[in-house]
Amino acid sequence: MSNDTRAEPLDVMRPRNVGAPIKRTEDPRLLTGRGEYSADRKPDRLLHVAFLRSGQPHALITRIDTVTAQAAPGVIAVLTAEGIAGDFKPVIPFSRMPNYYATPIVPLAIGKVRYVGEAVAAVIATSRYLAEDALELIEVDYEPLDAIARAELAVVDDAVLLHEEAGTNVLISREFKKGDVVADLQAAAVRVSGRFEMTRKAPLAMEPRSYTAEYDKRRDAVTLYTSSNIPGIVRDAISESLDLPGHRLRVVAPDVGGSFGSKGSLYPEELLICIAARKLGRSLKWTADRLEDVSSSSQAFAEVVNAEMGFDANGVATSLQADVIGDVGAYSIYPWTCGLEPVQVVSFLPGPYKIASYRGAVRGVATCKPPTGPYRGVGRPISTFVAESLMDLGARALGLDPLEIRRRNLVRAEEFPYRIASGIIWDKTGFVECLEAAAEAAGYEQLRVEQAAARKRGRLLGVGIASYAELTGIGSRIAVAPGMPINTGSETAKITIDSTGAITAAFGVASHGQGLETTLAQIVADDLGARFEDIRVIQGDSDEVPMSTGTYASRSAVLGGGAAKHASRILQDKIKRVASHLLEANQDDIEVSGGKAAVIGTDRAVTLKQVAKAVYSDMKTLPVEAREELTATYTFDPINGTTAAATHIAVVEVDPATCFVKILKYVVAEDCGRIINPMIVDGQVHGGVAQGIGAALFEELVYDDDGQLLSASLVDYVIPSAAEVPVMDVVHIESESAVAGGFRGMGEGGTIGAPAAIANAIADALSPLGIDVSILPMTPERIFKLLEQARLNTRGKADE
Amino acid sequence: MSTTVSVTVNGTKYDLSDVEPRLLLSDFLRDMLGLTGTHVGCEHGVCGACTVLVNGDSVRSCLMLAVQAKGAEITTVEGLGTPEQLNVLQAQFREHHGLQCGFCTPGMLMTGEDLLRKYPLATDDEIREGLSGNLCRCTGYQNIVAAIRAAAALRAEGTS
Repeated sequence: MSNDTRAEPLDVMRPRNVGAPIKRTEDPRLLTGRGEYSADRKPDRLLHVAFLRSGQPHALITRIDTVTAQAAPGVIAVLTAEGIAGDFKPVIPFSRMPNYYATPIVPLAIGKVRYVGEAVAAVIATSRYLAEDALELIEVDYEPLDAIARAELAVVDDAVLLHEEAGTNVLISREFKKGDVVADLQAAAVRVSGRFEMTRKAPLAMEPRSYTAEYDKRRDAVTLYTSSNIPGIVRDAISESLDLPGHRLRVVAPDVGGSFGSKGSLYPEELLICIAARKLGRSLKWTADRLEDVSSSSQAFAEVVNAEMGFDANGVATSLQADVIGDVGAYSIYPWTCGLEPVQVVSFLPGPYKIASYRGAVRGVATCKPPTGPYRGVGRPISTFVAESLMDLGARALGLDPLEIRRRNLVRAEEFPYRIASGIIWDKTGFVECLEAAAEAAGYEQLRVEQAAARKRGRLLGVGIASYAELTGIGSRIAVAPGMPINTGSETAKITIDSTGAITAAFGVASHGQGLETTLAQIVADDLGARFEDIRVIQGDSDEVPMSTGTYASRSAVLGGGAAKHASRILQDKIKRVASHLLEANQDDIEVSGGKAAVIGTDRAVTLKQVAKAVYSDMKTLPVEAREELTATYTFDPINGTTAAATHIAVVEVDPATCFVKILKYVVAEDCGRIINPMIVDGQVHGGVAQGIGAALFEELVYDDDGQLLSASLVDYVIPSAAEVPVMDVVHIESESAVAGGFRGMGEGGTIGAPAAIANAIADALSPLGIDVSILPMTPERIFKLLEQARLNTRGKADE
Repeated sequence: MSTTVSVTVNGTKYDLSDVEPRLLLSDFLRDMLGLTGTHVGCEHGVCGACTVLVNGDSVRSCLMLAVQAKGAEITTVEGLGTPEQLNVLQAQFREHHGLQCGFCTPGMLMTGEDLLRKYPLATDDEIREGLSGNLCRCTGYQNIVAAIRAAAALRAEGTS
């Protein structure tokens, strides 16, 4: 039956797919234009939706007249808040957090608009062109209110309120405390402090948000194809809002063109398109244009951090305090709430360091801007920027090298598990190992020699280090967002061998570029004993598993991978039981590998197809009680989560004439546990670093004092192109985690480390001029101003 | 108002009589011809996702009207290889993991084809400069550059 000769059990058990740079299953379709994104769907008799959006930052809506628009060519309907009032319940981004006000989410503004870009009305027409034409014919009268464009101004006593019912513009406030930070700061040998800011940023996936709602009139059912990375959460929320049970509402995330967090919350447009599809009994499509996407998708950062760190005389950080104000925009988002980003800043501020006492206070403040939401790294790009800046300031004050001060403060191998001052527990991870590996790969000592020589020639060359840790693969004991009522701590795998012998593995995760169809199949291949190419992975479809959420928070390798391993093992046991009948052997003597079940030490084997035939089709081979359906479902919950860590080292040069920053060298040493596919891991690091470079040097959503977005096109909102991104050197410290498979999550780290490393490198480059870096991005304009100020200061001193 | 557009796309001749003068070439390809491999990322000519070849030159199909393409020979990503038989550049993108979400990929491939046909691509800087009109948010470009470098090397082998 088999050509396999005597395979040794050890050889059979060794993973063959996990750890290998297997080429991706997704690629052939995506490379040939055969992928299918939400905007590519073409249901029968499709109608198109266009949204009229507010040009007012804050105003009462006093009148909407849609009569002319209704009569325009091709227009089927014009919807306003009034017209859909009975069709849904508002979605409440609930949280058990004290001092939090949950702003309701509705499809179209009711009575008042709170940011430029908020949807006010929707036109449904036979083509997108005609729908957009009709937008021009809708008349809206506004009564303007004062715009709240700056968080600092929103918290003053007589500030106008964005949500009167909340009684305040502070939608969330929270404080973390450990030890006596005041006393420890007073006792410190050196205290360093600063005001740090990361401006508002767009996640900016290349695919704009897009939704197609396909209506099935036989069952009054809707299938929503959505460019979302949380289709399971979207399904549950819309089901509740529209009172439509899950078997009449299927939510599918087909091929999704990146998210980085911007497609990771429920959107008003997702509600509206499902409401309208049922109302009209038709299939509908909406695709954001770039202006809509930039001005209505969730945004990132927008935080100011006043922080202080104390060190003892040996350079050991003893104390840290911070006050964070987050400009969270006009609404809290579902399900993460407006606390997600700013609260994570104070949760993660102590980072990978053993700081004894800590106070971190945060306020999330409503302003007339789109909501902030999840963005790759959530909170940690800023917490890392602040902590790593303070480390360098401390090193400078103490006359220590930046590398040495980190050695003295990082949690060391023998000290794990370690609870940092904000309460987060790091499991064993290679913090120091990453630091040393990055320094070695970068040739750190030589870099300092080269820097000294360059400085003598007047060049502004700097070296920056950033170390960080992040919590990934979070289980049910820890809420991904504070106080959130939904379960994000588990993930289900359902693996089936059907009557043709085909293997299908279904998951609730939702890849949007990570290659989960490949990596999850690698895991199943090894743990089930199947051939990689025989496994089809289905994901991003709410119909495939009873409960799912999606892919976010660096969870899919850990939770999806853990579920895959467990379900594979259960199914493998079933295969062994069947094979023991077919091969007349004890099931303990059977091993499953490469798509065959074989008696160990013999050439007696059956293929999985033969096993399937015996179970399902051939009614004579097996006793009835042995015909177990070849399917296994497992819901995996890692309970806590697992740490991932890295050190980034950047070398930059500032051109004093153009004020541009050129990145000369970039090294990442990271610990993501056992690597499933090294090619994909490197790709995730590269992409994350490139986004971090954008955050450090280019990307800024500029809102003026009237709440108008001044950088809404890709000409004004600059993301890095190939010419601005350097070659990146990635080193892997593969220390296995304690969760199933030894995996750690690693989708976000690049974006966490890069802004801090580049900021420190720029500060190092400009240190001869007495310039600190306290705001990102360091655009040429900001560097120009800092250089000018430094020149004035020097001149002033010379004049004295 | 509608007009007739006769074009050749990926070797197939189309005569469509109901084309609005304002229809973008990108929408013409996607909606009228069903060639959804051409992606629309910004509709203002910056991101490069919608890049196609018009008479052999790379063009942003969101900045061109369908009526301007009358009589032209157009190649879209569907006109390169097939899943079973990827063309040289597609195969190198796969080999080097030059794509993640795949949204910018068709534009990257069409620009890459144009660069490979026209320029020596002697250095990686030259490749990066050539790609600077195509934005990718997933890969950090490193593996895209590697893929085009490898395709350029294969081209050199093929001609020597």
